[in-house]
Amino acid sequence: MARQSSRGGSESKKMSSELFTLTYGALVTQLCKDYENDEDVNKQLDKMGYNIGVRLVEDFLARSNVGRCHDFRETADVIAKVAFKMYLGITPSITNWSPAGDEFSLILENNPLVDFVELPDNHSSLIYSNLLCGVLRGALEMVQMAVDVRFLLDTLKGDGVTEIRMKFIRRIEDNLPVGEE
Amino acid sequence: MTVHNLYLFDRNGVCLHYSEWNRKKQAGISKEEEFKLMYGMLFSIRSFVSKMSPVDMKDGFLSFQTSKYKLHYYETPSGLKVVMNTDLGVGNIQEILHQIYSYIYVEYVVKNPLCGLNESIQSELFRNKLDSFVRSLPFFSARAG
Repeated sequence: MARQSSRGGSESKKMSSELFTLTYGALVTQLCKDYENDEDVNKQLDKMGYNIGVRLVEDFLARSNVGRCHDFRETADVIAKVAFKMYLGITPSITNWSPAGDEFSLILENNPLVDFVELPDNHSSLIYSNLLCGVLRGALEMVQMAVDVRFLLDTLKGDGVTEIRMKFIRRIEDNLPVGEE
Repeated sequence: MTVHNLYLFDRNGVCLHYSEWNRKKQAGISKEEEFKLMYGMLFSIRSFVSKMSPVDMKDGFLSFQTSKYKLHYYETPSGLKVVMNTDLGVGNIQEILHQIYSYIYVEYVVKNPLCGLNESIQSELFRNKLDSFVRSLPFFSARAG
């Protein structure tokens, strides 16, 4: 409960983050049973995350009143300072910008999804929090940004911090619907 | 004052929802054609406005009016478009269109997993909430404006 977000004034609903963490753990456990192969679990988590992100972005835009971002740096700021704060109660730091400004890293000191987790040795290729990648990808796609999102470092695998790498691929252009002149 | 009608379009031009309250004159074409015509015009206005603007724009296209009615336009960064026609007496209602998005569309469509996002909205609950929201607006009136 302690590190829940307090943004958005009176209408923002709060929930124990433990409920979320444990539910997510149960989901990963179930997927591991269903698939046996870690790669498939990673893929499935990413896909579920994508489907969540596609809807979550609407909730985010409605609640935050954030307008359209004009560059990737602004996008990074909104993700780290507003969105992560609102939904996970943490504020990752933004580092390691590529010279072209099209890639950056989110550094999470503590990842709320992994609070009670210890990875067994036989799941070394499991990307436990891979749902987050899908969420970020799906949400950004809805605001016309194609991005590549992946975990580079993970405290679950013995790294000091968790690092999510975001790479801007291209801007998705508006199209006139087919059959329109 | 009065509200004539309301269109919701998604980012691909699909008409998600149409409501009508006080519309005396119909277009004389099928609704599908009307939606396409409306979306095509909005799409053109957006690109026209952004190309013609002599300065960098913040909000882009907001509204236009004729001698008889005013069309209000609100677009979210995710491309959802809320379009409301009213009589000329209604001022800037961007905030109200944003409320329709955040209190009605997000709450009753986006948060309903059974509602597909890129198809016409079938939810009765959504329709009812939208209808009562619009009817409660200070400038809604059944009397013709």
